[in-house]
Amino acid sequence: MNIWLVLFLGGLITFGMRFSLIYLFGRFEVPETMRKALHYVPPAVLSAIIFPELFIRDDVLNLSLGNYRMMAGLVAILVAWFSRNTLITILAGMVALFLLQFFL
Amino acid sequence: MTEQTKNFLDGVRAEIPLLIGVFPFGMIYGALALNAGLSIAAAQLMSSIVFAGSAQFITTQLVRESAPGLIIVLTIAVVNLRHMLYSASLAPYLTSLSTRWKALLSYLLTDEAYAPTVIHYEKEGVTPYSHWFLLGAGLALWCTWQVSTALGIFLGTAIPEEWSLDFALPLTFIAMVVPVLKDRPAIAAALSAGIVALAAYSLPYKLGLILAALVGIASGTLLEGRKSQKGIL
Repeated sequence: MNIWLVLFLGGLITFGMRFSLIYLFGRFEVPETMRKALHYVPPAVLSAIIFPELFIRDDVLNLSLGNYRMMAGLVAILVAWFSRNTLITILAGMVALFLLQFFL
Repeated sequence: MTEQTKNFLDGVRAEIPLLIGVFPFGMIYGALALNAGLSIAAAQLMSSIVFAGSAQFITTQLVRESAPGLIIVLTIAVVNLRHMLYSASLAPYLTSLSTRWKALLSYLLTDEAYAPTVIHYEKEGVTPYSHWFLLGAGLALWCTWQVSTALGIFLGTAIPEEWSLDFALPLTFIAMVVPVLKDRPAIAAALSAGIVALAAYSLPYKLGLILAALVGIASGTLLEGRKSQKGIL
């Protein structure tokens, strides 16, 4: 298959999935359970992205203190909990990672 | 300043921390795509035709391995399945828009545009111009992705890996998710999804992410259901 056709089809399918429910919603009665379930998409998806970034290094689970991204991530979680501020959270996490990388 | 501009700029502003993490990814993608044998035009235009980071990385890998086109298309479809979740999640906030707006915003709906937008909508609700927020976040990401792809193609990966700029991405997601964890169902959704994501990490094509998200959503919903039943009794 020609690379341009591959890109075109890949793009079309991607767009179709992004468009699908935004387009359909409101045209059909949406069950109450589904409305409730949608409320949990953000915490579920975001955690599913975050956890491997922190706890998996070089393709294996790494819960040791030497896993700097885990340590810096935990610092960020604490700072986020108390500050509720995006910028401060990111700065705290980055600074923690730099300090761990350069001084340990 | 009009309400449109204000919402648009709020979206751009919410997107900025994510852009710090996205920029090096775009450069790495551009450099890898060229290296895998894609033409400059194909490498660059994939960033606007497909416009989905992880799918583009995997496509690059498959092109390098000379995988059949049909396999590549199917892989893109599976890797991007999670966008249906995002589509469902944002749909209730966008029902009043014209189909043209819905199509434009859908095209811009990536992980990085979805996250700040859904958090913003849950907090602020729908206003007549709130869709401009998603437009701002989405366009800011789109422009960054195109520029960083181009820089990667022409300069290679110029940002040293030791800077760990990519870590800004999970950190931004942390800053977004922690304030959402207000009750037990939300915490259960987050923890169960995270743990399943670790357990299912070795599944290919981001299927682990989808499985984890579904388990998390189910846990949150079930727990909330139990709680409200108790309330009735």
